[in-house]
Amino acid sequence: MTKQMYCVACPLGCFITVEYDDTGILNVTGNTCKRGIDYARTEMTNPTRSLTSTIRVIGGKRAVIPCKSHEPLPKNMMFDCMKEINKARVKAPAKIGDVLIPDILGTGIDIVATDNCD
Amino acid sequence: MKYDLVVIGGGPAGMAAALKAKEEGVEKIVILERDVRLGGILNQCIHTGFGLHYFKEELSGPEYAQRFAKQVAETDIDVMLDTMVIDIDDDNNVTAMNNRDGLIKIEATAIILAMGCRERPRGALFMAGTRPSGVMTAGTAQKYVNMDGYMPGKKIVILGSGDIGLIMARRMTLEGAEVKMVCEIMPYSGGLTRNIVQCLNDFNIPLYLSTTVIATHGRERLEGVTIAKVDERLNPIPGTEEYVECDTLMLSVGLIPENELTKDAGISIDRITRGAVVDELRATEKKGVFACGNVLQVHDLVDFVTLESYLAGKGAAKYIKNPAAFDDAVYVKTTTGNGVGYIVPQRVNIKTDEDVKLYFRVRQVYKNARVILEVDGETVSNKKKIKLAPGEMEDVTIPKEIIEKMTDKSEISVRVEA
Repeated sequence: MTKQMYCVACPLGCFITVEYDDTGILNVTGNTCKRGIDYARTEMTNPTRSLTSTIRVIGGKRAVIPCKSHEPLPKNMMFDCMKEINKARVKAPAKIGDVLIPDILGTGIDIVATDNCD
Repeated sequence: MKYDLVVIGGGPAGMAAALKAKEEGVEKIVILERDVRLGGILNQCIHTGFGLHYFKEELSGPEYAQRFAKQVAETDIDVMLDTMVIDIDDDNNVTAMNNRDGLIKIEATAIILAMGCRERPRGALFMAGTRPSGVMTAGTAQKYVNMDGYMPGKKIVILGSGDIGLIMARRMTLEGAEVKMVCEIMPYSGGLTRNIVQCLNDFNIPLYLSTTVIATHGRERLEGVTIAKVDERLNPIPGTEEYVECDTLMLSVGLIPENELTKDAGISIDRITRGAVVDELRATEKKGVFACGNVLQVHDLVDFVTLESYLAGKGAAKYIKNPAAFDDAVYVKTTTGNGVGYIVPQRVNIKTDEDVKLYFRVRQVYKNARVILEVDGETVSNKKKIKLAPGEMEDVTIPKEIIEKMTDKSEISVRVEA
């Protein structure tokens, strides 16, 4: 069996073909680099995506602070994670890399600040 | 006030240019920035994907910007925020203003233009209908959501499938809005493939190609838009009109370098790039004035903005050390051949002692084509490309050994062979 997909690991956007059977992935073609193979593997088993959003700031110079998932999150948990992110509040000041939500929804992945806020 | 170098704009281009000039030994440098902080548009681009080439890391916009802002803070480069430049005169005196110092006059030896670009607004489109609230550029919506922290609408139609439009489709969806569709007048998307996949396909947002918005409806607030298919000449096809209910229309229909200052200073502008005409050091036709980043040509990636700005910073430093050397320049134009839309730089000083990279965009999509660089009718390079697209900037290099042999009568051209 084959499945075709665009790799989203970088802006190049390679068109990848994955050959697979019941035992797993047999062959990956069309990728330009190694990351394409990794992408194909996770996409076939547990698709993940980086999540970026903003969290409300209390007592700061700005209304919200941008944040990202430190690692890609399972794709099917995006909206649940967004609910947690929208519930959260951050006290100013905060700086790049600060953990704003540790271990979001038990995924083991932190939501971290991607900007500074006084 | 007197500075060796005045950098206009504190976004990624201005910061990189100033840092490079500092590294090259320029003493007094000031960055003039109209916003309240350095970073430019990157500050509101909270998605990741920046820095893959330059830092070999996937950063968000603010992270990328802050790396440079931190470097600037570690130098003695002066930064004037909240400051708007209003004029550059014949002798490179810069007039600026802010609400602390009032009107400021700065004598500059060299100037780097790094003002970036602006989104094409609704007024640039021929769109019938009423003028209700709820029609905005995607970048404006991005500022509302990512900086000011509120949602500009609930039911959204996006016109234009450039990257900003695609990114905003995902952002609005994640924040709970319903993005009904993205319409694209061209038969192909102007955005990166990864953004079509991650921002539209992941959320089942339809992308309608060869489709545009022909009218807006609603008195106070937008109530809906009329979309229609277009023919090969991009004219709406009668009978294909369709009404779509929505309260917000976001426009992602192109970027225009912000060159009002450049034009007022009498600097020639390239008709295609809408940026200044420059040489390999990014020197404009006005002595001591350089340009880089999106004010020169709209780039695909900020990483390329950074690299171009290093060239301008280095060029300005060279000028400040020895302005007279620039009087001896001998320029040869770069000519666009078949399939090539524009080339930056538009001219090359053949007295340069370095290889010169020519950046260009093709006019249409090509598969398995060849890019040919010719100097005086001789092929300098002939490279096979699996894919060429207008959305992706390409480059070819003229080795210095070839430039050494050139004269003022020489010709440089780049073309595509399908």
